[in-house]
Amino acid sequence: MHIFINGESKSVAATTLEQLVVELGFQGKRIAVEMDGQLVTKSKHATTQLSDDAKIEIIHAVGGG
Amino acid sequence: MSDMIAAPHHIDQPFIIGSRQLQSRLIVGTGKYKDMQETGAAIAASGTDMVTVAIRRVNIGQDPNQPNLLSVVPPEKYTILPNTAGCFDADSAVRTCMLARELLDGHNLVKLEVLGDQKTLYPNVVETLKAARTLIDDGFEVMVYTSDDPIIAKELENMGCVAVMPLGSLIGSGLGLTNPHNIRLILENASVPIIVDAGVGTASDAAIAMELGCAGILMNTAIAAAQHPVLMASAMKKAVEAGREAFLAGRMPKKPYAAASSPETGYFFK
Repeated sequence: MHIFINGESKSVAATTLEQLVVELGFQGKRIAVEMDGQLVTKSKHATTQLSDDAKIEIIHAVGGG
Repeated sequence: MSDMIAAPHHIDQPFIIGSRQLQSRLIVGTGKYKDMQETGAAIAASGTDMVTVAIRRVNIGQDPNQPNLLSVVPPEKYTILPNTAGCFDADSAVRTCMLARELLDGHNLVKLEVLGDQKTLYPNVVETLKAARTLIDDGFEVMVYTSDDPIIAKELENMGCVAVMPLGSLIGSGLGLTNPHNIRLILENASVPIIVDAGVGTASDAAIAMELGCAGILMNTAIAAAQHPVLMASAMKKAVEAGREAFLAGRMPKKPYAAASSPETGYFFK
């Protein structure tokens, strides 16, 4: 499936958000995920299907003031 | 006898922000350090128990097992204060806070900053008010970065912000408190903690803000951009404590002429 992750065009095997998080190696990491501009809470990752050209944002905490 | 010496003349109030109580009145940012090790060492030396973090994209190509900021400042040990730095409108600030709350497992305390322009990073108060309203209605505890306008500061307090954080001077400028008179006006009317956020350059700036009666100080660049950040963090810890104690002690009045400290009687040489 073709999607955009953090603005980058990617082809992925995953069909759900949960599978995507695993595929990218972020399972168990402190991240948060948005799909098409909407926050998707952790409890909904498994049941959220990816669609073609979905815009995924994966964020974390970095140093800042 | 030793009890009498130990008894303080003035017991400080606990430092409470929203539903949280802090030990230190110094809040420290985690940006601009050389590496994670320096970040951790400076945070430890500052004695803080609340640190700010920014919310950004993960680097997809990167090894996901690289050291993570939240392993250096673990949420079990520090109160994490996610910021909305880089947001120039209310919508992106609100979106950032929602992501932060998800990231930190429902943690609802945020530092709201909505900026006006790149050159000054001066707060856009119109967008800040809009975002604050939305966030408070959604159950966030909002610590808000704002201008040193006393009317706006009161407005943000009345709206329900848990702390109001006027700038000392521009973010990252190190110019100190450029308008202490306005900070004093804000303090006179405040019933939530007033925290000077941004502008502190060195320890004396921090002491001056605390002597005015600010509840705390938030700083990042003053520590991170010092020649020796860990030593400056330690200096800031002492400055904030010293300034607070001086405020509680109540300074002597200023006088235009001298007043001798030694007795002006009993002279044997006159």
